[in-house]
Amino acid sequence: MSTGNGLLLAVELNGRNESPRALKEAVTAAERAGFTLVTFGDALVPEADEEYRIDAGTRAAFVSSTTSTIGLGPTVHTLTTEPFFLATQLASLDHTSHGRGAWVVGADNRSAAHDAVGTDVRDADAITREVRDVVDLARRLWDSWEDDAVIRDTATGRYLDPDKVHHVRFEGEFFDVVGPLITPRSPQGQIVVIGRADLGIADLLDIVLVDDPTSAAEHDRLVFADVSVTDDVSPLVGVVDGVRFTPASAEELGDLIDRVAPALAEAGVLRRPEPGRTLRENLGLDRPVSRYAVTAQN
Amino acid sequence: MSTIDSHPDTGAAYDENAQIHLGVFYPGIGAQTVWEDPNAPDQVATDTFVEVAQKLERGLFDAFFLGDGQRVRENRGAILSTDIAGRPDAITQLAALASVTERIGLVATQNTTYSLPVELARRLASLDALSEGRAGWNIVTTDNAWTGENFRRGGWLAHERRYERATQVVELAKQYWAGEKIGSDTDLLTAHATPNVPASAQGRPILFQAGDSTGGRDLAARHADVVFSANNAYDDAVAYARDLRTRTAAFGRAADAVKILPGVTVVLGDTPDEAEEKVRWLRSNAHNGVRAIAFLEHYWGKDLSAYDPEGPLPDIDPVDSELDPSRGTLSIDARTGKLDQIERWRKLASDKGLSIRELVLEVSPASRFHSGTPAQVADRWTELVRHRVVDGFNINPYHLRDGIDDLVDKLVPALQERGVHRTEYTSTTLRGHLGLDDEHAASDRKAS
Repeated sequence: MSTGNGLLLAVELNGRNESPRALKEAVTAAERAGFTLVTFGDALVPEADEEYRIDAGTRAAFVSSTTSTIGLGPTVHTLTTEPFFLATQLASLDHTSHGRGAWVVGADNRSAAHDAVGTDVRDADAITREVRDVVDLARRLWDSWEDDAVIRDTATGRYLDPDKVHHVRFEGEFFDVVGPLITPRSPQGQIVVIGRADLGIADLLDIVLVDDPTSAAEHDRLVFADVSVTDDVSPLVGVVDGVRFTPASAEELGDLIDRVAPALAEAGVLRRPEPGRTLRENLGLDRPVSRYAVTAQN
Repeated sequence: MSTIDSHPDTGAAYDENAQIHLGVFYPGIGAQTVWEDPNAPDQVATDTFVEVAQKLERGLFDAFFLGDGQRVRENRGAILSTDIAGRPDAITQLAALASVTERIGLVATQNTTYSLPVELARRLASLDALSEGRAGWNIVTTDNAWTGENFRRGGWLAHERRYERATQVVELAKQYWAGEKIGSDTDLLTAHATPNVPASAQGRPILFQAGDSTGGRDLAARHADVVFSANNAYDDAVAYARDLRTRTAAFGRAADAVKILPGVTVVLGDTPDEAEEKVRWLRSNAHNGVRAIAFLEHYWGKDLSAYDPEGPLPDIDPVDSELDPSRGTLSIDARTGKLDQIERWRKLASDKGLSIRELVLEVSPASRFHSGTPAQVADRWTELVRHRVVDGFNINPYHLRDGIDDLVDKLVPALQERGVHRTEYTSTTLRGHLGLDDEHAASDRKAS
């Protein structure tokens, strides 16, 4: 699916051997160049050729206070974490960024990652089922506080309306979680959920990442194609909604920001996000109403 | 307030050059935070966190603390409605503050029971790296199954083994921060990992410990840099300092290696009477009729909404079950001694002729209030710090604008006049602010 109205730009910062200063400068530069989204790669334990990598959610939060427009999407892996922590951390990022939070659904299934948390490598089917449960649960938890749950009613002595903060009582194959989230509903209601098409959960995503742009028509979601810094992306207008670049070096990142993005702007291809709007608004996505509020009304 | 003995036995010698260390414990729950005032800022709003942290940095505070609680508090199965609730993930929030502050320490409370040790060590190291050496971890244990219902393993850890797990997690984290490969297989923990976050300017995150049980005190004595102590009454504070320092020395460390910061609430007035009146109002607000009924409902396990808070205690019998932890973590004693407790309250109320509201007010401790004029509080704190009863305070503000302004604009100048609080930061790291030596730092590891 594509709105056919130019291209939204995203950039992946994988964080490998990146200093805090370089991180801050890169995200600020991407925001200035008109990027809509930065994604932050992550790995709980080192991948090959990696000296260090600071946790992606923490990096995203760090730059949330020094930027104002760009969306911030850390990779958070699903199989090797506590889903309740994951949902809390991502809702918190949406708060600290005033509604620019996103999540790249990760499913690191390397034995080294499982060894770090004492779990076992999963087979392909189990991965899909567990990732589906984690995303489903996260969205439920983000709905668990209705928008108007905090009432500060001095007449009755009630800070919140207990009928508007909900236990989610999720019961699944891999975990049960009662809820509610410890964090009140965030500015976007639910943050923007991004994942690769091959995760097999496209129906639960807001943005599907594809390698092959011609597969975009298969999805009734926003589609971003992963592209190379040297690709000519102009022909992708009308094919996909956005493109995501993955610069392999500081030089490539500089090239992307100083040359590629300005050239796309010049050609009228760049769709710039507007300051003061949430990431959902800049993507043209509705803000979801809490499912519990909907239930209560029916 | 009790008077200070001329030579209190605190296990450390009087030091006329001692410096105070100050933190603010940002509220996330509890009746002590006044939400009823329309001028009280929203404690969940991102902008409030930024406003408070930046203001405290102007006041040259050592640290800004965030609490932890992984389940929203309840009253008889429904969400507790009378108190503030809702909080961000602590490390995420502090990372957002790290880029808009320069010096103040950023301390996250995180529990050792439900956290995955490698993930926790890595996220704390990440905060430490991004803040360039300003991160701290306030180590807490949470063992109740009620909180466990939000996690994969449920309530898996026996109460009496919670500090065993905590000690293993802390030791693993220290290894991780030293850049060592982790390989741990015990019946409480399995973790194998190679670290991938660089050491910060302070070596590793600073360790705070808050538990007051024997297990908690031993963990502090063995591993902590600072304790966030509950012993805020004078006699308790002296006894605690002596006990902790004895334990610390027994672990082969300098007796006073661990800084002691009790949690207190500061209430200032232009006159002593004004301050006292403010404390009275704060206490009566925190224990108003609605809250008093909810408090008793937790103990009775029954709906008491038909009872008048200004009338006598409920004449009906409480349910016979143990006290659940849904109003907050409870010690084992508090969980099991419920019926005796209620009998004691009945006797107290009848002896003194107390209503429900008055009884609840009467049994709620007031020792956390340190009140007076700025000069009075500064005088007392200066003496407490020089006598080494405490090394400073972790202040729980009752109001996030007035309460913070009072600290920064009134108390800090009074402490500076007495030469006990810094007039500028002399370090860029939390370790440096606290004056901790490097005995436990991963000093052999190259900083990034």
